[in-house]
Amino acid sequence: MTQLKITPKRISFFIPALILILVFVVYPIIATIILSFNINPIPGVNIVERPPGFENYIKIATDKRFINPKGIETHSFPMGAIIHNVIWIAIHLPLTLIVGILFAVYLQYVRGGSIIRSFIFLGMVIPMIVGGLLILFSFDKDLGVVNLLLKLFGLGFLARTWTIYPDTALFSLILGSVWLWSGFSVTMYSAGLSSLPREVIEAAIVDGADFKTILFKVIIPMLKPVTLTVVAMTILWDLKIFDVVYAATQGGPGGASMVLALLMYEYFARLGDYAMSATVATVLTIIIIPVVIFWIRSVIRGEREV
Amino acid sequence: MKKLFKYRRTGLIGSPYKILVLNIVAWVIGVLWITPFIGIFMTSIKPFREVVLHGWWTISPFTFTLKNYVDALFNPMFSLSRGILNSFIIAIPSTVIPVTVAALTAYGFARFSLPIKKYLFATILFLMAVPQQMTIIPIFFLLKNLSLLNTYLGLILVHSSWGIPWITFFLRNYFSLLPVELEEAARVDGATDFQVFRKVVLPLAIPGIISASVLQFAWVWNDFFFALMLIFDPDKMVVTQMLPRLKGQYQVDWGLLSSGSVIAMLAPLLVYAFFNKYYMSGFRGWAMKR
Repeated sequence: MTQLKITPKRISFFIPALILILVFVVYPIIATIILSFNINPIPGVNIVERPPGFENYIKIATDKRFINPKGIETHSFPMGAIIHNVIWIAIHLPLTLIVGILFAVYLQYVRGGSIIRSFIFLGMVIPMIVGGLLILFSFDKDLGVVNLLLKLFGLGFLARTWTIYPDTALFSLILGSVWLWSGFSVTMYSAGLSSLPREVIEAAIVDGADFKTILFKVIIPMLKPVTLTVVAMTILWDLKIFDVVYAATQGGPGGASMVLALLMYEYFARLGDYAMSATVATVLTIIIIPVVIFWIRSVIRGEREV
Repeated sequence: MKKLFKYRRTGLIGSPYKILVLNIVAWVIGVLWITPFIGIFMTSIKPFREVVLHGWWTISPFTFTLKNYVDALFNPMFSLSRGILNSFIIAIPSTVIPVTVAALTAYGFARFSLPIKKYLFATILFLMAVPQQMTIIPIFFLLKNLSLLNTYLGLILVHSSWGIPWITFFLRNYFSLLPVELEEAARVDGATDFQVFRKVVLPLAIPGIISASVLQFAWVWNDFFFALMLIFDPDKMVVTQMLPRLKGQYQVDWGLLSSGSVIAMLAPLLVYAFFNKYYMSGFRGWAMKR
């Protein structure tokens, strides 16, 4: 359609949003970057303890809670927040894609499949802080469904409270996050499937293709845009993860499930080192930027097609 | 079912026996999937002693009690009834303000030609993805300077601003799909831009406005981080913020925590149930926020 010419009066449509965003989002982002270089960004507030420079970034690179070479060497936790976040993505992303596409296809052919789909979606509806508590509950030695299942299959000797041991705490949270977040991928893939042209799949059936061929040669390639979105969103979610960890383990035991967002909070609240806290936040943002750019590009590409 | 038979005929799914097995397996997985919810609910309506001795899954013995709920709602330290009230006090204005403000901007984006629109649009997308951690330290000191730290108003302003980018993005898409003929007719009749927006566009966009409001409300209700950083007074804390504090120091008190969890997730679950259609259509825009 033709666009209306912009006039001073029309600019007023943008003003309220602009003010709020500039004051409470854009300015704080810039101020956080400034603060990470040990420069006071807020007039009248002196919160910097060290001389200006890159010192914080060097400090963070040698902070064991950020990256722990000894843990990485010995393959034992804690390995440091950034490694934990990477492990989180490495396990969570493939699982969420597999679960998403399999369930989306599978539930199409199940009676009441939409009810099961809404069961799976519940993890997306509840507060993540409750999600974290539900994970804690599920891995509890006596009450948790995980250990109940183990006992059911005669593996009761394995039963323990998985979240309180350094070697299993992080993995428990990651598996729990698969459970919570699958609602996202299943819903996205289901929506994608229902928008696929039926004829293509039917043509493949007529040609005598079996289920596997149709899944891998027809459905998955056609759902590529959905896959890209799910990949980007899942990586962003895994990097920003906070509530789940806070509620379930507080990053423990002994930092074994510490993640970047929680480390930022630790510096802020427990240590009162605001400049270091800002540094962790900035590092976190720098890490997500490639994913964000990838995502922005795909959105803008999608816009042009419309 | 018709669909099933068609696939069966073509050998895609298999025999009726196989179909039955597939259905049963799906339902077993489905029920297993929500077992943590069932478990936490059962724990919440039983005396905790009984849960410890026999487990939450037993039907006998089963003593029904609401004691856990009373304990959580009227907890002397962190009263969840107060928390629920605070969550409403925060979440309602934090929904109305950004939806109103973002609707104006979204309309501008959808209809007015701006030379820098492309960059503004990319900026909005970037702001949708930025972590909350990246903004909170300056916000903390800014609110402190303005004496808005530890106040409802401070948190509401932060939530409202934080919601604007995604709501703008979502409503812009919605507005651009609306037919322009009515708007053009109104303009020919001499209506101002604002009148067109209020009298013509908004009524047509009500489903989109509801979707955005439902998702924003649920998001603010579910949020934990902003409240954790900006509210300290137990009397002003929101429900998600109180919940982890009910955990207990050494032993997790699942009696209190289970009822607390149910209480904290009730509002978003009800919103999801009653506004399902709107919830799901707003989901794409909101999913970004996590």
